Amino acid sequence: MPMRIGTTTFNDRIEKGINDEFMRDSVRSAQERLLGKRLDAAEELGSWEDWRNLGEEIRSHTLEYLDYYLYELSEKVKENGGHVYFAKTAEEANHYIQKVVKRKNGKKIIKSKSMVTEEISMNEALESIGCDVIESDLGEYILQVDDHDPPSHIVVPALHKNKSQIRDVFKEKLGYLNTDKPEELTLFAREKLRKEFLSADIGITGCNFAVAESGTITLVTNEGNARLATTLPKTQITVMGMERIVPTWEELDVMISLLSRSAVGQKLTTYVTALSGPKSPLEGDGPEEFHLVIVDNGRSNIIGTEFQEALHCIRCAACINVCPVYRHVGGHGYGSIYPGPIGAVISPLLGGYEEYGELPFASTLCAACTDACPVKIPLHELLNKHRKNIIEGRGLSAEKIAMRGFQYGTTLPILYQVGTKLAPFLSLPFQTNSFLTKGPGPLKAWTTIRDMPAPNNERFRDWFKKRQKEESFE
Amino acid sequence: MNVSLFVTCLGDIFYPNVGKSVVEVLESLGCEVDFPFSQTCCGQPAFNSGYREEAKEAARNMIRAFENSSYVVGPSGSCVAMFSEYEELFHNEPEMQHKARSLKERSYEFTQFLVDVLGVNNVGASLNATATYHKSCHMTRLLGVKDAPEALLSEVEGLNYRKLPNCENCCGFGGTFSVKMVAISKEMVDEKIKDIESTDADILIGADSGCLMNISGRMNRLQKPVKVMHIAEVLTQREEK
Repeated sequence: MPMRIGTTTFNDRIEKGINDEFMRDSVRSAQERLLGKRLDAAEELGSWEDWRNLGEEIRSHTLEYLDYYLYELSEKVKENGGHVYFAKTAEEANHYIQKVVKRKNGKKIIKSKSMVTEEISMNEALESIGCDVIESDLGEYILQVDDHDPPSHIVVPALHKNKSQIRDVFKEKLGYLNTDKPEELTLFAREKLRKEFLSADIGITGCNFAVAESGTITLVTNEGNARLATTLPKTQITVMGMERIVPTWEELDVMISLLSRSAVGQKLTTYVTALSGPKSPLEGDGPEEFHLVIVDNGRSNIIGTEFQEALHCIRCAACINVCPVYRHVGGHGYGSIYPGPIGAVISPLLGGYEEYGELPFASTLCAACTDACPVKIPLHELLNKHRKNIIEGRGLSAEKIAMRGFQYGTTLPILYQVGTKLAPFLSLPFQTNSFLTKGPGPLKAWTTIRDMPAPNNERFRDWFKKRQKEESFE
Repeated sequence: MNVSLFVTCLGDIFYPNVGKSVVEVLESLGCEVDFPFSQTCCGQPAFNSGYREEAKEAARNMIRAFENSSYVVGPSGSCVAMFSEYEELFHNEPEMQHKARSLKERSYEFTQFLVDVLGVNNVGASLNATATYHKSCHMTRLLGVKDAPEALLSEVEGLNYRKLPNCENCCGFGGTFSVKMVAISKEMVDEKIKDIESTDADILIGADSGCLMNISGRMNRLQKPVKVMHIAEVLTQREEK
């Protein structure tokens, strides 16, 4: 399973995350910093709700007419002199990319950040045919140098590492000798990467949005690495998820504003790179050959289902940056390259319930994600829909029997009456000073870390009834 | 004004004092309060665990229980927000769906009712204490009740109010999440308690018994001295200066 991170169980991953104090410190401070910046950037734009509504409208329109826009995009790319390949699966995508690389006799590949290439494990596919694949996004580069540590966040992949850990990675793997000052670390990586840019045969990028009307792919970065990766190598391959498209430049304007502000709290990223095919005879730089690989890999199965809105995602990670569960378990806890609330929604869609069935339950449904989403994906509702599907697909369990009991208890008021009346007596054996400190079933799980108030001898309804009687006597 | 109290199952069984306080406050403001005895639970534990059919039957019972009420008021934003899910649950029963919509339109969370319907911020309460307030997620985000609780607390005489840091973060309750994902829930509630302690408050006030059961349950286990009160209980306090 290409999306998968590691092979350990959900509970082991959670435990590991919770016990990783360094990671948790990094995540906490990043969440707080990014939240503040995002709110400021939203406020500065004014009428943020109107912008979100617009974003939602654009995404839902685009997905509704996705076949039309994909056709338009591919025609335009071809008109501009590029090649387009529709890949139904990860394997098809990798196979095509390998073929292009082999034909160009490519040995060294420089990449800019791309989640979809992580999703299809493209790096591994290229390494298997003898290529040297180099990540040029600083975060991804750090992870790659650290023996391919997987990303823990979709925008800030090395979020789980702090600066002294990064210094140690550079020191151990690359012979770095300076301090953990971010400027020194960055300068070091920059010098290393510059050589790679200049000597790479092929540049591979992701795609933030493709513009259908002009056959343009756009990339947002703060490091300028995507611009180098699309300018220096003679061949460029861009890999995009099939839903990452906007109809025209007008919508691109709105989507990039929403993306930069939501992802990093910036009005605009330092670089916004827009590329329409290979360089023309009049242009001085740019690739001579351009390939656009449009990846389905399960996405078209989501269209038309109750989860279609999940495809509206623009990968800004605002949901991840506010998620209280992510805050404590970190990205690796999710076991997927797509972590956090959006990851818990799309990982089961792309990778199945068998593999990612726990994720929808790893949420309090607090809806902070839904509130933060710039295109208004109802993330907590989608998580709950997953829960429904997972439960419906399961056989009889103790929980199912308990829930049936719940149904009778709540629909037959007499059963509720008797059950709640008996509760104080039934729970007596577990009581210490009017608190329950142990017990069977869910109470056992509850009381492993907290106490539970004992059921009151006089329920509210008893008090109210008594009061009514007294009043009628008055 | 006639008001039907939706006490919530937690309120009925574990926190009767919250319900009594709601009655006291509403009556002091001239409301006539009744209690439909056939009410049970709103169905949220089943709904949020993936058991829609079971939740639907609980919903059917609640819709019937409050069919004749002009206003339904409950001391929990989460349980009141659950009424908003009923319409969808009855998507293939048009008549029930209609009734579900009607229930949603007549229902209010307690502080929302005081501020938005009765137009009251000051209920004449006084309490000499330092307190902080936990914002409940469902009440704030799903029901959209953002300012009412603080508006009411700001009028409580003698109350020294301290804002809770990271108040947007969930306390880790999440219904069945609290028992299914104990390890994560523990980290969440522990951080919440740390934030509460950082305010030096004597009292933690909340407006949702689910969250309060989680936070107070953990504080009790850790023997923290902070007292936990539902906002309805705070609003019945009458302390001399």
